[in-house]
Amino acid sequence: MKQIGRDSLHTVRLQLNGTARSAPCTPRMLLSDFLRDSLGATGTHVGCEHGVCGACTVQIDGVASRACMTLAVQVDGRDIATVEGLCEADGPMSDLQEALKRHHALQCGFCTAGILMSCDDYLRRRPDPSEAEVRDMLSGHLCRCTGYTPIVQAVLETAALRRAPTTAIPDAISTTED
Amino acid sequence: MKPAAFDYVRAETADEAVQQLRALGADARILAGGQSLMAVLNMRLAQPSALIDISRTAELDHVRVERGMLTVGAAATQSSVEWRATLADEVPLLAQAFPLISHFQIRNRGTVCGSVAHADPSAEIPLVLLALGGEVVLRNASKRRTLAAIDFFQGMLMTARAPDELLEAVRFPIATAGQRSAFIEFSARHGDFAIVSVAAVADARGLRLAVGGVADRPRLVQWPAGLRGADLEGALNDFAWELEAQDDAHASATFRRHLVRRLGAQVLARVTETTP
Repeated sequence: MKQIGRDSLHTVRLQLNGTARSAPCTPRMLLSDFLRDSLGATGTHVGCEHGVCGACTVQIDGVASRACMTLAVQVDGRDIATVEGLCEADGPMSDLQEALKRHHALQCGFCTAGILMSCDDYLRRRPDPSEAEVRDMLSGHLCRCTGYTPIVQAVLETAALRRAPTTAIPDAISTTED
Repeated sequence: MKPAAFDYVRAETADEAVQQLRALGADARILAGGQSLMAVLNMRLAQPSALIDISRTAELDHVRVERGMLTVGAAATQSSVEWRATLADEVPLLAQAFPLISHFQIRNRGTVCGSVAHADPSAEIPLVLLALGGEVVLRNASKRRTLAAIDFFQGMLMTARAPDELLEAVRFPIATAGQRSAFIEFSARHGDFAIVSVAAVADARGLRLAVGGVADRPRLVQWPAGLRGADLEGALNDFAWELEAQDDAHASATFRRHLVRRLGAQVLARVTETTP
């Protein structure tokens, strides 16, 4: 049993995108704030703070979850994946990120980090989703820019390319530089 | 917003959790998936003195079939049940309800028992448990008791759980041969709280209809298995009135009664029509 008084600082140690990180916090600190303010991982965004908007979605032991509805002390010792871990800082983007870019599936980008973490988990579990299933999964994220359709297309295309990588997307699209 | 300060206890065993509940008093709350509780804390609608975290209590994280029931422990997430390959055969009504519960990301962390313990009158899992005649298992530091779902839900967010008790598990009866079930709900948007939700079950015991989102708790009515046609329609209309729907910001009482009759007729048709 672990007991932490309300004003006591407890050092939370976790794996953040495969790297051991730690910082002290009190029990009331949300995982979303711990990631941003204590560990400096500001890729995870904070929106509504009651689980509705999905902006803060991260993966806890590979499972997409709301960081704003999880306490930092609850994830002591666990693996946390955030958008920063989807690709190397100076390397190529992941296939899912490339697909979102191709489909113009973001404008302001505030919701995107959370959407990527949801889709990354979902596609591992459901490699061949229907459009209805993708829309159902995305219902847990609010995006006020795109109308969702390009995001749905990007997710479906990523799934199709993973299943049959040889059916390449047209060069004119895949090699577009910005 | 952020939660107010609280003491935190992580229970390694169910024994530790109930001992802490006794020691810390009624102002302590059990934290499992936190997908209802954390929102309530962040909005400061509740400010408990202590949280007893059972989200990593291994002995409570189980989903298994025993004695004709699908038993789900207090730490088992909704996803762990939803993605169970055999669920559609074991408890088809629950399998139908899961996609309607909030969102993928919430079900990943929210627990089945947490939804039952929270007892929101529009929540899907309590409705399924009631419609199927399921059970809840409660324990404190000295004893364990089992309650029928119908005796557990007592009102808006109110249950028969005593302050020193942990809702240790819930049990859904496994579908019997020939049992048919259906679940439909109406909400403003997919994943929102249901304005009205209905579940119907037809089996050897008769015809059961449960309605959520209307009264202060999920409500159940039972009819003889052979009730059909105008008799069934009349019985459904009587039940819609018995629920004493109230006007609120989301829907009028008239609209709620209308939904009970319309959605009720749809689920009843699905479970009573001779050819599926």
